[in-house]
Amino acid sequence: MEATAVDPFVFRLAIFVLAIFVGYYVVWSVTPALHTPLMSVTNAISSVIIVGALIAAGPGEFELSKIFGLIAIALAAVNIFGGFAVTHRMLAMYKKKERG
Amino acid sequence: MTANFAALAYVLASVLFIMALRGLSGPETARMGNVYGIAGMVIAILTTLATPGVVSYAEILAALVIGGALGTFIAQRIEMASMPQLVAAFHSLVGLAAVLVAAAAFYNPAAYGIADAAGALKFVSRIEMSLGTIIGAITFSGSIVAFAKLQGLVSGNPVVFPGQHLANLLLGLVIIAIAVAFCMDVDPRWFWAMAGLAFLMGFAIIIPIGGADMPVVISMLNSYSGWAAAGIGFTLENTALIVTGALVGSSGAILSYIMCKAMNRSFFSVILGGFGGDTAAAGPAAGEKPVKAGAAEDAAFIMKNAGKVIIVPGYGMAVAQAQHALRELGDLLQAEGVEVSYAVHPVAGRMPGHMNVLLAEASVPYDEVFELDQINSEFRTTDVAFVIGANDVTNPAARDDPQSPLYGMPILDVDKARTVLFVKRSLSPGYAGVDNELFYRDNTMMLFADAKKMCDDIVKALG
Repeated sequence: MEATAVDPFVFRLAIFVLAIFVGYYVVWSVTPALHTPLMSVTNAISSVIIVGALIAAGPGEFELSKIFGLIAIALAAVNIFGGFAVTHRMLAMYKKKERG
Repeated sequence: MTANFAALAYVLASVLFIMALRGLSGPETARMGNVYGIAGMVIAILTTLATPGVVSYAEILAALVIGGALGTFIAQRIEMASMPQLVAAFHSLVGLAAVLVAAAAFYNPAAYGIADAAGALKFVSRIEMSLGTIIGAITFSGSIVAFAKLQGLVSGNPVVFPGQHLANLLLGLVIIAIAVAFCMDVDPRWFWAMAGLAFLMGFAIIIPIGGADMPVVISMLNSYSGWAAAGIGFTLENTALIVTGALVGSSGAILSYIMCKAMNRSFFSVILGGFGGDTAAAGPAAGEKPVKAGAAEDAAFIMKNAGKVIIVPGYGMAVAQAQHALRELGDLLQAEGVEVSYAVHPVAGRMPGHMNVLLAEASVPYDEVFELDQINSEFRTTDVAFVIGANDVTNPAARDDPQSPLYGMPILDVDKARTVLFVKRSLSPGYAGVDNELFYRDNTMMLFADAKKMCDDIVKALG
């Protein structure tokens, strides 16, 4: 390895740190009235962990890791579908006053 | 699909997730934000499905359909008042999924490209995997306890015993020791011991926390579920997962901070627990001092003749499912020419924003609902403050009495209103076990009844 090469881990760490800052500023701009939908939508998007489950469940041959993967897919799918659907349901209820 | 193309697709998904959160800055943009979130998820899933090595589409589709159908069904059926339980349940699923994905990566590192030349798990991946597994397992079991407390399956009272903190500390140290052993020697027994003890840890750290501190607990578990996802993201070298985990982790952390600040408690005092059951253990004997009690007709008369009414809802409204009757009450008053607005304290209810969702469910326009600092100066020019199911967040002792356990907590200054109508089932103190001097003031009228029944009766009296 060259002395100047940067371990890819460092790049990922950099992305992680920057994403925390993005999250910090974005979440402070969320109106308190929408904190419950914020929780349900963060729940749904954190289930992007399903990508890891898909890779585990991907191979054709049956093995232990594939079973773990399939269970994880089902669990994450409950969250993804449930989280986005319930967020949608809640957001549809927030209405402005009808004037006039 | 090349690895570079996939990596770019994951970046796009991450950007869409950021936009989903950004949308929540206002109710109008939030609906579009949810669509961005869904788009990001679809991109992430399709990209992964197109990865070479993912070939068993039938089984994957079956798992997706089963989980998706169940999730959609629950989301359509759930009562808005039960939202805290639902969110807790969803957190537990993220935690369990994280543990399962870590286990899958442990048993088949080659599929994720994280095996070293000898086919064993790379060292740095072991550390990341340990973190993801431990946090995931704690999130899973901790959320189950939170769910059980919120759902009323177990008592919401804190469960404390002598030596608890020491026991938890020891458990934590053992888990760290096992994680180190796992990183040195990748034996499945270390992996499962680590996961198993972390499950135990999740139970142990949430049981001492009382029901009324659940807004902090739910936010904290939200944060944990994000950090678990990020840990797994590092293991799998997946940027979408790392970014999302960081977003969710910081989101939950900020919410925890806001909740703690709104209770004037330090995060550590909440985590150490022992405070805030559903029913106060030993409140001071009430009933010695005279209170003025009134009936629905009195309340209706007072409010009808008022110029300005501020409604202060709390957890009691959620329990009684009184939001619809309350909105009807508000509408009738507005029809009489009374100016009606709603004041929401950040920790009213069992999760951040709980009251806002319930009021929205009852079709209260969101521009009539105000936050603490937006509305607090209005009370002094208000004729009637109608407090329904809230207690500690209105207790003037928090502002005036340095001896009070509540002292320093920001409160809604309902006592500044000309008249306070306080709907409550009895004189029992709030969760903090502190008597509310507001009950005994001359300008306070207590309305002893269930929140929903009282609203219904006032509506009848107004009609």
